[in-house]
Parts: sequence; structure tokens; C-alpha cells
Amino acid sequence: MQLEQQLRDKLHKKDILLMTHIVLGYPSLEVNREVIKQMVENGVDCIEMQIPFSEPMADGPVILKANQDALAAGITVTDCFTFAAETVQKHDIPFLFMTYYNIIFKYGEEAFFKRASECGLKGFIVPDLPPEMGESFLALAEKYQLSPILIYAPTSTDARMQELATYGTGFIYCVARRGVTGKKSEFDQDFDSYLARCRASTTLPLAVGFGIQSKEDIEALKGKADMAVIGSRTIRLVESDGAEAVGPFIAGLR
Amino acid sequence: MDQKGFFGNWGGAYIPEVLHQTFQELKEEYARCRKDPDFWQEYLTLMSTYSCRPTPLTYAENLTRHFGGAHIYIKREDLNHTGAHKANNVMGQGLLVKRMGKKRVIAETGAGQHGMATATMAAKFGLDCTIYMGEEDVLRQRPNVFWMEKMGATVIPVKDGSRTLKDAINEAFRDWVTNVDDTHYVFGTACGPAPFPEMVAWFQSIIGIESAEQIMQYHGKMVARVYACVGGGSNAMGIFKRFLDEPNVELIGVEAAGHGANSGAHAIRLSSPDATPGVAQGYKTMFLQDEDGQMKHTHSVAAGLDYVGVSPILSDLWEKKRVRFESATDTEVMQALDITMKQEGIIPALESSHAFAGAFKEVGQLAKDEAIIINQSGRGDKDIFTIAHAFDDPSWKKFIIDRGMEYSK
Ligand SMILES: Cc1ncc(COP(=O)(O)O)c(C=O)c1O
Repeated sequence: MQLEQQLRDKLHKKDILLMTHIVLGYPSLEVNREVIKQMVENGVDCIEMQIPFSEPMADGPVILKANQDALAAGITVTDCFTFAAETVQKHDIPFLFMTYYNIIFKYGEEAFFKRASECGLKGFIVPDLPPEMGESFLALAEKYQLSPILIYAPTSTDARMQELATYGTGFIYCVARRGVTGKKSEFDQDFDSYLARCRASTTLPLAVGFGIQSKEDIEALKGKADMAVIGSRTIRLVESDGAEAVGPFIAGLR
Repeated sequence: MDQKGFFGNWGGAYIPEVLHQTFQELKEEYARCRKDPDFWQEYLTLMSTYSCRPTPLTYAENLTRHFGGAHIYIKREDLNHTGAHKANNVMGQGLLVKRMGKKRVIAETGAGQHGMATATMAAKFGLDCTIYMGEEDVLRQRPNVFWMEKMGATVIPVKDGSRTLKDAINEAFRDWVTNVDDTHYVFGTACGPAPFPEMVAWFQSIIGIESAEQIMQYHGKMVARVYACVGGGSNAMGIFKRFLDEPNVELIGVEAAGHGANSGAHAIRLSSPDATPGVAQGYKTMFLQDEDGQMKHTHSVAAGLDYVGVSPILSDLWEKKRVRFESATDTEVMQALDITMKQEGIIPALESSHAFAGAFKEVGQLAKDEAIIINQSGRGDKDIFTIAHAFDDPSWKKFIIDRGMEYSK
């Protein structure tokens, strides 16, 4: 089933969806496995799995360190695909890959799409690939029926948002604020008018990410966004309290 | 550069969406400057009054005699204010920043020369300034860190990854996406997302424009070869650009061979088979990376050449075989530096010494009525600690120990 439809079906039953982020191989694939299990059992609706890259330009200190440590521990792109195939089999929610474009480019774009499709992944988030640079990428996304998740930022103009919407499928990832992943975001009036602009520019569901950390944050997004994205927060939680802490944390978010 | 920022197969602008609007504004302002003859005039005036343009072309009589081949001329970018070609780019971008009305500048730096130039420009133009510098480079280029701070810049040591130039670039991008509204990122070399490669090469093209005029005046005909060291590629593009349409001028870029081309500890992107096409730091070029696309660690005694990527313009000229690429090891570079100091009383930066080393290997084979130009991109003063260490200089060591004792009292 297509990603957008899957999310819409879930939206009939919940007033806001949850997407979480994990960095593959950090601290290990075994821990990733346990964290994903806890996330799914506690109602997470979609998971983005990051293939580590040595130069994660859009990520803040927490995810940057996770990328570096995972690579130092020896994770490879092949491992990530094997893990993705296993995970998609096991859990009945949509899974996406998040990574930087060089990982895809180096693997070979078409080979990457083919393998991702075989694994049952639903789409890709690639923060350093604007549509202007992604002509062949977007054509392959169409061919393999995988969703290219386009990104909106508070600095995007209305015209730019409309343009981006024409390339995206699945949902739009609205970056909550300027900056990198990890730091807290303020959900003030400016933010509301930004989300209203996002909503007006596309019919796709809206996910909001960057700096979402608590039940209050998610509460504040209800009625304005369709999906909240929790990234660095659970990575930090696993670091401090172990994988077992993830389930109760997720359960307490909605 | 084509519409999308490519030079042949290389370049582009692989940027996060947050920066899209800022790049639109930058591209528009840059296009206006290129069309406006007053802008270039303002630039020339600034460079001749605040810096030392035109920089001299020095005839290296003793080196010429020593090698017994073509006449050796040295383009003296070391005599620019702040001691390197980096000022050409920075002052140009400074004028652009003034036009765009931004109040803060950030920059990455490897050797510290680009950071120095940016801190200088920020002081002169009244801008806030933050410089990102790999922790390893902070240690090996300490004098420049001192001067940047004295001019009011904040220098942030970057502790991630290989703690060198590429990591400083990542961190500068992270700052930029956070503070994009009031901040301009003064990119230091002819790399990064479009329009930076072309824009930086444009400001640096002053080097080649002057050199061509000077060589005609002193030598009476075109040169046979032009040598430049290649880190990101800005001083090389700066001197090469004017000669690209001179079919008889051979252009040679000299990369850092570190401990040797087969050692795995080098920064040779174009003259060894170790690099492959990739996309990182906002652009497509030849990168030193593994099969998965993870960037490798590089090594060079020269911090400014110790980098995984290279200008997309140079990758294009390499692919089209218009520029030949060679490399020089750390050891060859020290020898070239030594001989240049003794023969000419000139101290090139370790980066620039690569161009000298590359030229010295070949110049003896050229006819005596030919001439070559070596681009001396910067002066070696900043490298005093590294060079003294490499020469294992006893009196310098004693001085450091004594000073250390004094400070630790
Ligand atoms: C004196 C000097 N030469 C050369 C370089 C290398 O840069 P590029 O290849 O952009 O000229 C640097 C960079 O820091 C430098 O300081």
C-alpha cells in the first residue's frame, strides 16, 4: 500500500501520528532491534532509519555522534539493507530510510532503489538532495513506487513550498525551525503561521520534526500537523536509560 | 557553470532546504556584481589600498641558475595583506556581504589563512565573526589562531571526524542553517555548493590576470607552464583561469602526497586512483572515500591541502585534460622550502611549497628560453612551529622550552 494512504488510514483512528528516528548501528543493531520493537509495541506509526554517513551536515551533536560511533563500530550500507529487510518483515508499520545523498549515489541510484524496494521500505528522506539536484532520483522513486519525502523549512517561501509539493509523495517533512537536529523548538505564533503556510501549499500529510521532545510538544501540534517526529530525544534516552526506557517514554507521549 | 551550477559532470548545489532562499539571494547578488563594472573597480581599489595588489612577479634568478632549465618566476601572493591569496576572495565576498546587508560572517579554515583574512575583513567592515577550525589545525597553526582572536573573531575548535578542514566546513554549515537570516558563510575555497566555486574563482582570477601582464612585460612572451598547489583549488583556479585560453600554456596542479601516494596517508584526489566521484559538503567532485561513500582520513604536512575533496572546476579541467595533476610528498616539500629560502630569501607557506616542489622536479628539463610561473599562494610565517619541528631546530627548541618554563612558573 502507498505510504500516504497508510498514514491516512491511521489518521482515522488517531488525532496525531508519531514517527521516530533511529541511527542504524548505534549503539548496535541489537539495540536498534529492541528499540524498534518497543517503539512499534507502543504505537509508533512510522520509523525513519538513518544509514550513517561520515559528514552528516544537517544533524546536531547527538545524531552526529551516533553516526560517527556507528561507523567506528563498522556498520556498512549492506548491513543496513539486511537489517531493513528483517525489520520490515517483522513489523507492520511503514519504514523509511533517511540518509545523505552520497550513500545513495555511491551505491548506484537504481541499485539502491531496487534493493530498498525488495526490502519493503516505503520511502527516503535525503536532507541534502533538493529536487533541482534529484532529477534521476525522482524518476526512480516514481518507477519503484517509493516516496521521496520532500522537506519544508521556515525559510521556504509560499512559491517554493508549492513547487516542492509537486515532487513529494507520502508526506511532507516540515522542519520546525532553522538549525540542526536536537535542540528544542518553540511552538509560538510564528510557528503556527508557518504551519498554516505549509498546510495551504499541499494536500499531502504534514510531519513536523526537529526539537520535539515531550507530550506537551506533541499536544501543541495536534490539529496543526498530522505526524510528530521524535529524533534525538529517544537516542539520548537509550544512552542514559537503555533500550527498555523507550517503550514507556513512547507510551507516555499521547 | 551551467544553470544548475555544474561544470561538466561536477559541482551543483546539494543544500538543505533551509538554505534554499539564502542561496537564491546570494546568486542574485553575485549576478548583479558580475554585471556591474563599478563592483570590480571597487574591488580593485580596495585590493590596491588595503592589500598589496598588484602583487609582484619575482624573477628567481638563483633558482633558475640552480636548476639550469627554464626561467623561474614566482607570483607573490604571500605579499597580500594577511599573507596569502585568501584575502582576494575574502575582500570580494566582504563587499558582497555589505551589499546584502548581513551583519555576521562565519568561515571554515584549515591553514588558518582564510580564517585570518575573514577575521581581518570582519574587523574592517564591522561584522561579527566566527571561525571554525579543526582541533588538529588549531594546534598546528597556532599563530593564526592568536591573530584571529586578537582581531575580535571567535575561533571554535572542531572536535568531530578527522578534526581538520572538512569537519570545520560541516560545522560552519551547521552554524549557517541555524543563523541564516543575518549570517553569510564566507566559503574559503573554490568548492562547496554553487555559486561558491565560480564566485571564489572569479575573485581569485585577479592573480592570473596580473601574472599574464607581468610575464609579457618581463619575459616578452607567454610562459610554458604555470604551477599551483591544490587544496580546495582556489589559488590554482585563480592563477589558471587567465591562461585557460592560451593553448600553449601547460597548467599543473600539485596535490599533497603526504607520506606517499601509496601510503594511504595523503590528500591526492586527482593524480592518484584513490579518489572516486561523490557528493558531499554541498557539491559533486572526486572525493577520497570508501566503497560505501564514507569519507577517508587524509594527511598532509600542510593543513590547507589536507582535504578530501577538490574544486569541481578542477575536476572538470582534469577530466578534459586541460590541467595536469601531480603530487609532492611532505619530505619533498620540506626540501623545496629549504632550497627556496636559501637561494632566494623567500619563505613559502607549506601549502605553496608543494607548487615549488612540483616545479623543481620538471623545470630542469625545459628549454632555457622558456619560462614558468610558480604561484606562491602564501608566506610560511604561520608554519614556524611545523617547519622548526621538521628541521629539528635545536635553538628554536631551547627557546620554546625556556618560554614554557617561564609561563609555568
Ligand atoms: C597559503 C595557502 N595556500 C594554499 C591553500 C590551499 O587552498 P586552495 O587550494 O583553495 O588555494 C591554503 C589554504 O588554507 C593556504 O593557506
